Amino acid sequence: MVENAATINISKIREDFPILKRSVNGKPLVYFDNAATSQKPNYVLDAMDEYYRNKNANIHRGVHKLAEEATIAYEEAREQVSKFVGARHTEEIVFVRNATEGLNLIAMTWGRVNIRKGDKIVLTIMEHHSNIVPWQVLAKETGASIEFIEIDADGGLREDEVKEKIDTTTKLVSVTHASNVLGTINAVDQIGREAHRVGAIYVVDAAQSVPHMPVNVREIDCDFLVFSGHKMLGPTGIGVLSGKKQVLEDTPPFLSGGEMIREVHTHEATWKDIPYKFEAGTPNAAGAIGLSAAIEYLKKIGMKQVHDYERELTAYALEKISKVRGITTYGPKDPTRRVGVIAFNLGDIHAHDLASILDEEGIAIRSGHHCAQPLMEYLDVPATSRASFYIYNTKEEVDIFISALEKAGKLFKL
Amino acid sequence: MSSDIYKDIILDYYRHPRNFGDLPDPDVRSKDSNPLCGDVIEMQIRVRDGKIDDLRFKGRGCAISQASASMLTELAKGKTLDEIKALGKEDVLSMLGIDPGPTRIKCALLGLKVIKLGVYGYLGQAVTDEVKQLV
Repeated sequence: MVENAATINISKIREDFPILKRSVNGKPLVYFDNAATSQKPNYVLDAMDEYYRNKNANIHRGVHKLAEEATIAYEEAREQVSKFVGARHTEEIVFVRNATEGLNLIAMTWGRVNIRKGDKIVLTIMEHHSNIVPWQVLAKETGASIEFIEIDADGGLREDEVKEKIDTTTKLVSVTHASNVLGTINAVDQIGREAHRVGAIYVVDAAQSVPHMPVNVREIDCDFLVFSGHKMLGPTGIGVLSGKKQVLEDTPPFLSGGEMIREVHTHEATWKDIPYKFEAGTPNAAGAIGLSAAIEYLKKIGMKQVHDYERELTAYALEKISKVRGITTYGPKDPTRRVGVIAFNLGDIHAHDLASILDEEGIAIRSGHHCAQPLMEYLDVPATSRASFYIYNTKEEVDIFISALEKAGKLFKL
Repeated sequence: MSSDIYKDIILDYYRHPRNFGDLPDPDVRSKDSNPLCGDVIEMQIRVRDGKIDDLRFKGRGCAISQASASMLTELAKGKTLDEIKALGKEDVLSMLGIDPGPTRIKCALLGLKVIKLGVYGYLGQAVTDEVKQLV
């Protein structure tokens, strides 16, 4: 099915990740919690180490050599990100802490200026809390309303709902590119056309897509797109808000203080141009440099290859897991419609019991509501377990995982 | 933690919880949840002569939390409120006969926490009532 996947040498990739060598409860670690956070290759760890050992200085401030080198490294990271997501201009890339902060930034700046009483914000029922709660706060402040696009039995967004809910009162549409529970890859370009047809601003939460597949902001034609570095082999504490130049320019600053100002007088101040007016205070330079290294690492493999390999692994896992007695899986049956995320339940075993039993076998999975309680309520399940893959996971690990599920089933006498 | 904790008795109480449901005319209700994993336990308690006359629990969550709460209702019936106040972590662990380990201990102790919330709530209410009668 996937011709390119064969060219990837997974055992060589695994060598790059020191944590994969460790054991858990006496068993080799099987790390299947990648939708929560990914592991980090030496390439990223070394880049950050090198920065702190040899270049560390406060960027954009000093005129000395270290400050110059640190600033260049930070701005090169911005350029790297910009190219990676296909932005038109480097200044369309704003560094934030994570996707959550990016969404909050949009709600608290663009949202506060542009959203008014009677306006509608359209989300989907499969959103992560980070793409729900900031809009709830904004709606409470402004008197706007929120509507949710619902899903079909296969876990895909209903096209009739997209057309119906995005209407002329809609001022903002914010949609996840890929669900962190169902794995569904949404048709974000089509939804964007609906949003722009009614003149709404269009936001894409790409936290689960940018790490795993080619993503291009010009092809999606979104006004804003956010993602986190730590889910894509990079460090925690660095994330990206990509925004269309004009939209960013028309948006007021977020946090204020140092770094983001042009001039400050006792009673007033003026702002720098984008992206700096959104980056108050000393930024996370080491984080940006780590993220840049992660992108370089991913680009060497190739995002299409990453996507193809994970799709093959997911198809394999879906096929195997469907044969486990008592299993229920959620999300699209067709592996080409999803990222490497499989949420499931096994008989009447609670997700936390299952995660405990798997942990004993050295397998790390997530259990609970996955920060998507509205989706859990919609599916009418209190909790699910979730296995999620990355480029360093293997079919052999999937086999270990399946055996552990069967063992859990026996333990609970399913 | 080891999967030895899923002994037959735990699974039996998980699947067939004793004292599950509602109690007619409870003197006190208490409820708490474990926000990390979403386990929820509610207790309804009737008190007579300083003793737990009867009680029921409701809830949802993992096998450890639900079995522990159910076994606690059996343990608590007939005990004085002082005896309930004196119950501790070790009593619950010996009742369960397992060591759930550091990450799952919260699941095991949720039932105890809720029954104590109920008892202290009852005692607080009793004090309020007594003070009202004084003035």
